[in-house]
Amino acid sequence: MPLSTQPPGSGEPYLLVASLDNARHLSSLLRAVHFQDHATCFASANGLRVTVEDAKCIQANAFIQAEIFQEFTVQEESVTFRINLSVLLDCLTIFGTGSLPGTSTALRMCYRGYGYPLMLFLEEGGVVTVCKINTQEPDELLDFDFCSTKVVNKIILQSEGLREAFAELDMTSEVLQITMSPDKPYFRLSTFGNAGSAHLDYPKDSDLMEAFHCNQTQTNRYKISLLKPSTKALALSCKVSIRTDAQGFLSLQYMIRNEDGQICFVEYYCCPDEDITEAEL
Amino acid sequence: LSRIGDELYLEPTDSGLSLRSVNSSRSAFASFLFAPLFFQLYQLGEPQPFRCKVLMKSFLGVFRSLPSLEKTVGKCLILLKPSANHLVLQLHCKYGVTKTHNLAFQECERLQAVFDIQHCASSLCAPARVLAEAVVHFPQTLAEVTLGAGAGGKISLRNYVEDEMESKKTMVTELWLAEDEFQRVAVTPGSSITFCLKEFRGLLTFAEASNLPLTIHYDVPGRPVVFTLDDAVLEVHLVLATLLDPKSDSQCPTANGGVSHLPLPSDDLTDDIESYMVAMETEEEPGVPPSPTFPLHNPCPAQSDPEEEEEEEEEEEEGAVPGTPPHKKFRSLFFGSVLTPGGPSLAPTQEVLAEDSDNDC
Repeated sequence: MPLSTQPPGSGEPYLLVASLDNARHLSSLLRAVHFQDHATCFASANGLRVTVEDAKCIQANAFIQAEIFQEFTVQEESVTFRINLSVLLDCLTIFGTGSLPGTSTALRMCYRGYGYPLMLFLEEGGVVTVCKINTQEPDELLDFDFCSTKVVNKIILQSEGLREAFAELDMTSEVLQITMSPDKPYFRLSTFGNAGSAHLDYPKDSDLMEAFHCNQTQTNRYKISLLKPSTKALALSCKVSIRTDAQGFLSLQYMIRNEDGQICFVEYYCCPDEDITEAEL
Repeated sequence: LSRIGDELYLEPTDSGLSLRSVNSSRSAFASFLFAPLFFQLYQLGEPQPFRCKVLMKSFLGVFRSLPSLEKTVGKCLILLKPSANHLVLQLHCKYGVTKTHNLAFQECERLQAVFDIQHCASSLCAPARVLAEAVVHFPQTLAEVTLGAGAGGKISLRNYVEDEMESKKTMVTELWLAEDEFQRVAVTPGSSITFCLKEFRGLLTFAEASNLPLTIHYDVPGRPVVFTLDDAVLEVHLVLATLLDPKSDSQCPTANGGVSHLPLPSDDLTDDIESYMVAMETEEEPGVPPSPTFPLHNPCPAQSDPEEEEEEEEEEEEGAVPGTPPHKKFRSLFFGSVLTPGGPSLAPTQEVLAEDSDNDC
């Protein structure tokens, strides 16, 4: 269904034009980072990145590479705007969230630039919906400065093993404690709730463990309420990489395979709960 | 057991691990005894005897999702560590993953209901399915149901309506089961008892799932009804209090103490709750020869037992406390003390009121 890139009569090209045959490829990923109403969108030639933050402690990013889109054009180096993610998701799923095989919502996203709304053209079964969502000034985003050289401990797990654990986390506990160590217990998730404490241990030689690179024993605590939303990303993903740096900052990277087999990433960064990260040696 | 009380009592004994619960009004008590054979490893340590209780909610939280448990958990280790004040439940799951839960517990006294199956005049045994199908006809909100032995050996179940007045307005459901639906029927013709349905349903769910026949032992109204499930490695008892029958005047005749400890009916019988009394173990029952302190796993032989961890527990209501003055007279098990109601008259009788004057009933 052809949608012209430029609105009739206007000479200005859009700064960002993106087309997607199946809007679900985008909406499901955005849902995985949807724990706040607002998000910052950053588009570059590489693709689209949507960032959500909370409490200055946690940041989630959803990456949809340009290759996933059927068409993805960015006129300038990069385009950034802030948008209401709840509204965006509602629009993307305007034809319903049920996923019937064979039917999908086609999406065309256009953004004229600073001050203009984000235009969404959605079509399913011949019915077209046009949405205009106001954009805002992008916020200053946290920079966790998490680069591979600073990583102390790194584990890659098959998500299947963690999904149930995260879904059943004892929410009466204020923190989720993560222990990573070259010695026992290797990788442990702990909660301290009303009923008592609970520990989930993953041995390093488990079938679930795809990679285990722990150099130092680290135990860090993170506010469980901040990490709980990452369960959504975990549910979608097939693999997750868990990394911590010397200061106890946590990086969770989820590899998500969409319906067409394409790979996208979602990552969560979280600050440790206390300033002290005990590097127990 | 969670249908009964908020706390789960654990008592490891030589004959197995006993899990029990009682409800707040002491009208329902249940126990599950898992024989050592049920476990792969059963080891008693010091000090013995050791009893503790944990919050039901916390315990159940460990076994939250049954379907996934069945798929992922290989073994469960239960460790009672008095020194650490923790009950450790460790689940060994697929892929080498270990889930360890440390639950806080409280030491406690023995929770023991007083009842005597041998002295129950009537008993019925039926596959759980038969009873479950019967009970399904009653609304979920129904509180009490009356089980009766009618003419021709038929067993009836009808919903209990408190008030005479009300019975004109409420729908009454009555269900008759033929004798041949039961595996065994040994009832006193014309007998009937009324007990709480909620806890009974809990037991039925478990019985159905484990495919065990259910045996009902009852006596006269006011005396507890005992439901049992038996298996080779599991014994389950649910003791429920039964409603006193306002019309019956001669229940068990005199206690051995020579004093009539019969329920003085009338007045308070409208007050169901008070008639539901669970006699808990007490030491102070001088006049009663057959001491009603029966260890739970007394009578029944065991049958096969399914794997269930402590999920469902049955409720047993003990209407144990003999009718006596409807002022709840129950002895609190834990404290081994006798909470004597400020019952009218019969002050001395109260002591004798230990339940069971079996022989006479």
